[in-house]
Amino acid sequence: MKGLIGLTALAVIFGCGSAQAQYSDGTIKIGVMNDMSGTYSDLSGQGSVVAARMAVEDFGAAAKGMKVEIVSADHQNKPDVGSNVVRTWIDVDKVDVIVDVPTSSVALAVNEIVRDKNKVFLVSGAAASDLTGAKCTPNTIHWTYDTWALANGTGKAIVKTGGDTWFFLTADYAFGHALERDTSAVVEKNGGKVVGRVRHPFPGTDFSSFLLQAQSSKAKIIGLANAGSDTINSIKQASEFGITRSGQSLAALLAFITDVNALGLPTAQGLIMTEAWYWDLNDANREFAKKFAPQFKGVHPTMVHAGVYSAVTHYLKAVEALKSDADGKAVVAKMKEMPTDDKLFGKGTVRADGRKIHPMYLFEVKTPAESKGPWDYYKVRATIPADEAFRPMAEGGCPLVKS
Amino acid sequence: MFEWLGISSQALFGQLLIGLINGSFYALLSLGLAVIFGMLNIINFAHGAQYMLGAFTAFFLLQYAGIGYWWAIIIAPVVVGITGIIIERLFLQWLYKLDHLYGLLLTFGLALIFEGTFRNFFGSSGLPYSVPSALQGGQNLGFMFLPNYRAWVVVFSLAVCLTTWFVIERTKLGSYLRAATENPTLVRAFGINVPRMITLTYGFGVALAALAGVMAAPIYNVSPQMGANLIIVVFAVVVIGGMGSIMGAFVTGFGLGVIEGLTKVFFPEASNTVIFIIMAIVLLIRPAGLFGRGA
Amino acid sequence: MQRAAGPSVTRAGRLQSEVIAFLVMAVVLIVAPMFAYPVFLMKALCFALFACAFNLLIGYVGLLSFGHALFFGWASYVCAHAAKVWGFPPELAIASGTVAAAGLGTIVGALAIRRQGIYFAMITLALAQMMYFFAIQAPFTHGEDGIQAVPRGKLFGFIDLADQTNMYVTVLIIFLGGFLLIYGIINSPFGEVLKAIRENEARAISLGYKTERFKLVAFVLSATFAGLAGATKALVFQLASLTDVDWPMSGEVILMTLVGGLGTLFGPVVGAFFIVTLENFLTTMGQWVFVVQGVIFVVCVLLFRRGIVGELAQRLRIKL
Repeated sequence: MKGLIGLTALAVIFGCGSAQAQYSDGTIKIGVMNDMSGTYSDLSGQGSVVAARMAVEDFGAAAKGMKVEIVSADHQNKPDVGSNVVRTWIDVDKVDVIVDVPTSSVALAVNEIVRDKNKVFLVSGAAASDLTGAKCTPNTIHWTYDTWALANGTGKAIVKTGGDTWFFLTADYAFGHALERDTSAVVEKNGGKVVGRVRHPFPGTDFSSFLLQAQSSKAKIIGLANAGSDTINSIKQASEFGITRSGQSLAALLAFITDVNALGLPTAQGLIMTEAWYWDLNDANREFAKKFAPQFKGVHPTMVHAGVYSAVTHYLKAVEALKSDADGKAVVAKMKEMPTDDKLFGKGTVRADGRKIHPMYLFEVKTPAESKGPWDYYKVRATIPADEAFRPMAEGGCPLVKS
Repeated sequence: MFEWLGISSQALFGQLLIGLINGSFYALLSLGLAVIFGMLNIINFAHGAQYMLGAFTAFFLLQYAGIGYWWAIIIAPVVVGITGIIIERLFLQWLYKLDHLYGLLLTFGLALIFEGTFRNFFGSSGLPYSVPSALQGGQNLGFMFLPNYRAWVVVFSLAVCLTTWFVIERTKLGSYLRAATENPTLVRAFGINVPRMITLTYGFGVALAALAGVMAAPIYNVSPQMGANLIIVVFAVVVIGGMGSIMGAFVTGFGLGVIEGLTKVFFPEASNTVIFIIMAIVLLIRPAGLFGRGA
Repeated sequence: MQRAAGPSVTRAGRLQSEVIAFLVMAVVLIVAPMFAYPVFLMKALCFALFACAFNLLIGYVGLLSFGHALFFGWASYVCAHAAKVWGFPPELAIASGTVAAAGLGTIVGALAIRRQGIYFAMITLALAQMMYFFAIQAPFTHGEDGIQAVPRGKLFGFIDLADQTNMYVTVLIIFLGGFLLIYGIINSPFGEVLKAIRENEARAISLGYKTERFKLVAFVLSATFAGLAGATKALVFQLASLTDVDWPMSGEVILMTLVGGLGTLFGPVVGAFFIVTLENFLTTMGQWVFVVQGVIFVVCVLLFRRGIVGELAQRLRIKL
């Protein structure tokens, strides 16, 4: 008998654990999901929650009588964890909008779920340009950047400033291949030449062999078609082998200011990359950074954080105008209808395919001598105007776009 | 210079040298594993985490105490070795009478704890640690540019491996260790403190891992996962080499490093898996491993 | 390995406690969706089957496989691919996944059985890792993205699995069926030989049993059921990803079985539910999940080797 009761008790405990059915429709629930403890925890992580909170405060939701709640979760860069969280969030916790989600594989999975359940998905962290291409949905807006914009910015701008021979060091998985493919296309379209490439296993630790091959190719630019710790390791080891000293330049195709921070200026100096936002570009950004940094262990906001702020602000405006958050498609349609305007990105628009439009910037990492303080890392090498920065809508293959 | 299979001799020698460097790390780590397994019959899954701890200790010493690389090489292994001794006294000693697999599970759990904790505090972007100034720069050897630091890694690893081999195989202390492995009761009857030897041996094996970590810090990313990725490859190295001999462990380590290096030149996409493929082949032909003594 | 060594119970006594426990479990699982989120339950059921498959190997043959994620994950990939790209109906997709796992089990088993104990564990780990790298590169797995938007389809042509209740019932039936099959294997003459091999292989050999062959068959069976669990999971979540073939997944199933009770019948089930629930609570804590898992490993190995069900069985003097 004891065994029976015991087992039943156990079963009930396990079951009740997750049956928290609080159906709150008087609240606008924002779910910030990203990598809270892994490779991307500094460029998004808890900082995105901070950014979302700042957006809600600046919007003055309380004063307008709107109840806004922010929840957050760690997807650990795994599509299955991410899908699980989002499904539970929508089904059980009544979350209305999912924000951030770096790591394209997770974003693509979430993209499907949000469409099936008619909620809203505002992507700030992920890079996959498919989100506004073949996989676009009426429920998703791709905010900050994507692979096409990065390839275009870095590839085109570098070729135009003289870096016309390229060698690619590519991570041997889908994302790495995509980065390499997009950037090669841009390089060749602008008159440059790809003299070679080598694929390194993903994830990698030692890139010395591959860097040697890049060095002997004598290409002016070594394009790093990888991300996260692979990029950091490649740069570190390239510096060790004196590659940058002997005249070749490294172009990181996906890198963030937090990567530069991890590398340190002596190693990262001279690195070229494209980003959508930098905290030291103007006064409004600097003020934001000043308020942000103490709330996120001193880390200065990255473009992903700024994107979260901008996206949440615009979302709240749309919901306020509609007076409802229930129908995801309607909210997104409203967001596309209204022009965007926030203190971080200024004025912009959201296109029919869900792509948010704003200028992109080509940055070069300063030398230690040029930097005047912590996080003072970038100088602007070029500005890519908004209408050139992103893939033309017709080329994306998005079914929402009427041709 | 000549061309061979489409690769210039320059690139080839360059890759061989790099293979040796990677091989040094494989050798150091498999040596530590072999020493621990030999004495305690425990597979130290936490070896990768202890390698990582060594690198982090070096980083902390530099960041917070201003203590540079040369002291770190001595201090970090000692510090991490002491944590190893604590682990042995607290946890491992209760498991000797049980099935060996429990030791594996325990050290696996410890590895999870170490890596999880560090990941929480340090994320995964990794931390900077620069090459010590005395070893910066490099030599232009004609066929490649060899960073001084990497040359140092190879030389020092060889020295450590050979010294360890010599101590274990050729000195009195080493003979006690080997005897205690084969028949602890008898050795105890001779008045030798076997439990203390076991504890110190574990500490030594852990210290070797930490030493490898310190050496890796300037060239590989100091990140909480650095050990996890490496340890599984080292397991394969150990299976190939066989746990029977110390010499076997480090010869296999260097050898596989070179083979991996060559694979990176001719077939880079497979360089992650070549060691496992070799392991499968060795298992088919010589199940005891190349230098092993019985299953 | 140590497992629940209850006092000697009569065959009738054992049968009674096991049957009662099974009925309780079945009833609880049938009514559970009314109290808990069905997707969570389905996840737990898939992992419970996975853990039962793993337990077959460690609890009854004494072989610790550190690479079981290989079978779980690759079955998941094959099933997802079959359902999405080849358009198989769900029962055939799951079958394909299971068959793939059986095939892989045969190859891996043939290689790994040559060594014992710790070497066996290391070999399974290394081979699983090799297949992980292969999964990253193979085009059909789509690497990091995994195979997404896998259609659940219509079971036998007319039961629409997109309906949550239908899916739940299907998963429950698969789990209970697999569980009963494993029970049958354990208590068959074949199972008795396995237990003999675990106790004293040399003696079993001297009695004339070709132990290598028995071990291999057991390994393949374990791999097959693990594959069944993986394939089912692919349809539940409509996703097959790298997580399923990575070494932490192998570690997780070991943890589930250890916590629940190695070598007990119901241990893996309880362990699976425990760990899945725990992880549910810890999703907000990111990497602390690993630390908690590690702590549980250490505590279980040192103080709690019999696991939840093992301890329960010991206290109640019944066999579970």
